[in-house]
Amino acid sequence: MNYNKLVDNVIKRILLLFAAISVITTIAIVFSLLGETVSFFKEVSIVEFFTDTRWTPLLEPKHFGILPLICGTLLITAGASLISIPIGLASAVFLSEYAGNRTRKILKPVLEILAGIPTIVYGYFALVTITPILQRLIPQTNIFNAASASIAVGIMTIPMVASLSEDAMKAVPNALRHGAFAIGSTKFEVVTKIVIPSALSSILASFILAISRAIGETMIVALAAGSTPKLTLNPLESIQTITGYIVQVSMGDTPRGSIESRTIFAAGMVLFMMTLLMNIISMLIVKKFRRVYD
Amino acid sequence: MSINTTNMKSRKLKSQIFYAIILICTLTTIAVLAALLISVFSKSIGWLNWNFLSSLPSRFPAKSGIKAGILGTLWVIGLTAIISFPLGIGAAIYLEEYSKKGWLKELIQINISNLAGVPSIIYGMLGLAVFVRQWGFGRSILSGALTMTILILPVLIVAAQEAIRSVPSSMRHGSYALGATQWQTITGVVLPYASSGILTGTILAIARAIGETAPMIMVGAAAFISFVPGGIMDSFTTIPLQIYSWTGKPQAEFQNVAAAGIVVLLAVLLLINSIAIILRNKYQDRVKS
Repeated sequence: MNYNKLVDNVIKRILLLFAAISVITTIAIVFSLLGETVSFFKEVSIVEFFTDTRWTPLLEPKHFGILPLICGTLLITAGASLISIPIGLASAVFLSEYAGNRTRKILKPVLEILAGIPTIVYGYFALVTITPILQRLIPQTNIFNAASASIAVGIMTIPMVASLSEDAMKAVPNALRHGAFAIGSTKFEVVTKIVIPSALSSILASFILAISRAIGETMIVALAAGSTPKLTLNPLESIQTITGYIVQVSMGDTPRGSIESRTIFAAGMVLFMMTLLMNIISMLIVKKFRRVYD
Repeated sequence: MSINTTNMKSRKLKSQIFYAIILICTLTTIAVLAALLISVFSKSIGWLNWNFLSSLPSRFPAKSGIKAGILGTLWVIGLTAIISFPLGIGAAIYLEEYSKKGWLKELIQINISNLAGVPSIIYGMLGLAVFVRQWGFGRSILSGALTMTILILPVLIVAAQEAIRSVPSSMRHGSYALGATQWQTITGVVLPYASSGILTGTILAIARAIGETAPMIMVGAAAFISFVPGGIMDSFTTIPLQIYSWTGKPQAEFQNVAAAGIVVLLAVLLLINSIAIILRNKYQDRVKS
């Protein structure tokens, strides 16, 4: 019996170590980014980094202003949200409020398949299918452009908005709907005045998750958005995102320890901070506005 | 009481227009999926053949093959599964069975959900800084697998936790009543009961890893590998990485090669997901009976 108890204790300690790996991972991410970022800021002033409007670390004269990359990232994120949020929310409303069992059985797998397709495939789709369509519609579209990548990132994040919002709407008790119908509301009024407001916190959280995913999306923008960092809001131009830049440098052969190779860690730090901020906002929203129905 | 009928009419019309918009948006989703699959499959016709599956990468589109990618993916994912399976389940067992409610459990739990929101390329940078450089594993399969492990662990832990949570506590109590220790209860009662749920979660997490490209670029998987990996310290390429390098090539013919690569990738994912679905159904049947 004593032996068994000893085993129990030892195993408990080992398993705690396994569980602690997640905490260690977070610490390791911060420190591995921080180390190179600190050496980067020994050579480049932090003021230049955040105020210079040119990002040309690989060309002479070198400029280290992160703004064009942030601008590119936000441009893609905004474009993607314009697609994923309305279509995702509409699909969620349809699934939760309108669809019968048979329709659900078709729609759910479609969303699951879309969610399961690797991002590299969306990148291919953007470059090979979406871009030519855009070029036919608007001839001055660059072969690499923000619009095409935005559309693909938007499509990729539709399932995230749809499934999380649908879960939230399904959790709204039917009594609330029946009450609204009973006083003569139309279905439109029930959806927009009862169901969506009741599920709002989770719906908003799903939007933010989709935005966060769009900020960190890499392969689609690396393939379709181009590699010219630019302060522009024109979606038809070639741009570059933070992630796109990191991939570009990693595919080339910049010598280790050089300032060029350090730029990716500084850029990665900015990216990490942006997504961390989004995660924190989504957690706060869920915590603050959650309504629990029994 | 008089009912304003004109108002009622416009409200009903609004409701119908709303339904139409919702329906169109939803159908768009299906149309997009169809367009994506058609675009990929039509381009792959004529390029996806035995030659493609059994050849190494080449400068010439017609001679290019995905053999190195398939084997590289097998090595990396196989190793990832071996490392991540015990770690993920161990962590889940600790969180569900051993840890008491308190700041430590809360901290770990928040951490895990936060990690799930970190972009995969950041995991790649971690892999580059720690496994490739600091630990000196270089641009090897081992570095790739360790990076993938860190990447899928949060997903795996959450899935395993849910499976373990679904085990009724009456079963644990029965085991304790017979004098079993906690570990004996876990291995003899909890894990067997939760096993298919855990397996399903693991397989889905692995499926996610198979499609990941960005982290593998960061740890330095090469796009052009003219040999088949023979051990965990060899350099490697993966299926998604091959697709990336073919898609980015200027010659239009390489887009067809990339399409063939995508079909292979989707087929692998379909196979893996089907296994997960079969396991899930089996599990549900057993819980019912």
